Amino acid sequence: MTTDVIDQLVGAHEGDGLFALRVQRPEAKRNAQASFDALFDSDELEHASQLERLAIAYWTVALSQSPTVSFYRDLLAAESPETLSALEAALPEATTTGPYGDYPEGPLTAENEPGLHWEPDATLAASVGPRLSAALAHTHLLVYRPRDSSADALQTLLDAGWHTTGIVTLSQLVAFLNFQLRVVAGLAVLKGELA
Amino acid sequence: MSEKVIRHTFEVPNAFTQAELGWEAWLEPLPLDELTDRHYAGLVDKGRANSPYFRLLVRDPDILGARTRTDNDIFYNEKGGLPRAQRELSAASASRANGCIFCASVHSRFATHYSKRYDDVQRLLDEGTSAPQEDPQWRAVIDASVALTRTPGEFSAANVRQLREAGLDDLAIADAIHGAAFFNWANRLMLSLGEPTPPKES
Repeated sequence: MTTDVIDQLVGAHEGDGLFALRVQRPEAKRNAQASFDALFDSDELEHASQLERLAIAYWTVALSQSPTVSFYRDLLAAESPETLSALEAALPEATTTGPYGDYPEGPLTAENEPGLHWEPDATLAASVGPRLSAALAHTHLLVYRPRDSSADALQTLLDAGWHTTGIVTLSQLVAFLNFQLRVVAGLAVLKGELA
Repeated sequence: MSEKVIRHTFEVPNAFTQAELGWEAWLEPLPLDELTDRHYAGLVDKGRANSPYFRLLVRDPDILGARTRTDNDIFYNEKGGLPRAQRELSAASASRANGCIFCASVHSRFATHYSKRYDDVQRLLDEGTSAPQEDPQWRAVIDASVALTRTPGEFSAANVRQLREAGLDDLAIADAIHGAAFFNWANRLMLSLGEPTPPKES
């Protein structure tokens, strides 16, 4: 049997109504899983290690307050319980609501919304190191205030030791999980309301 | 010595628009002469090698390929489900809520193309996702897309009922969920890896 993480997270099983819906978009279903595999079962770990991927994944879904967090917590716990503890300790201070952020100056300035600009404190930074520390700050930016993104934010990642290819992977990872957790959230509600 | 980002000097668009914008990357796209078969497989459509966005993303080819195939089935699979215009509306609504001027420009233009309702789409851009919409199906798709886009998520059974009462079946509701969810992927890439360029002079 092939694993389908979204089916697993939302509790869809062959023969039930939700499963029947998902198979009507067979390429979306197959490739949502292929995306997960590409990010978490990659043969190219040179620019983003497995630990970095799992830590960023946990951080993304934890900040998003998604029920999928237990799945990603387990994956990180199996790889590095120390990293998980450090992130869990930092989570309450980092958690907020989104999206917020600023627009380029002009008519949309009236819609600017202030909010937390989070960076790891000294304890977390010392525990996870400068590379992952910078990635966690960038993840917070992408989760809550993507419109605040900037060339400066990418330069911070480069200065912390990330290469361009690793930044692409990191960005895809956070962005993909923002998709996956919303598909799971939406389908979980739909499951209880099927016609 | 770390790598340096690419800084642009053009004036970025500062309002939501249905006009055709360009996009330039802050990181170097993979040079054309370095594209291997695996990279071309990730691009899916060979023509995408001309786009700085896809040629940057192709540095990690497997996730790009899977992303593109997911995108295509959500938006272009026309076997039942949500009408094309409303799929584009879900994409435009998520983009408006997140503040992705580039994504909103593309998908608001597509929503207008399929619906022929320029003014309703422009109102979404000008006044935002809570701007009045008379069509209950549009109202329900916009509200559902915004609820899904918020963190933490606010999508609830009330959204499903609103979509259903507006005449949508289970598959159409699942399409609306996927359309908005997908743009929470796309917005984060477009916003964070580069910036839109001004509309072409017409």
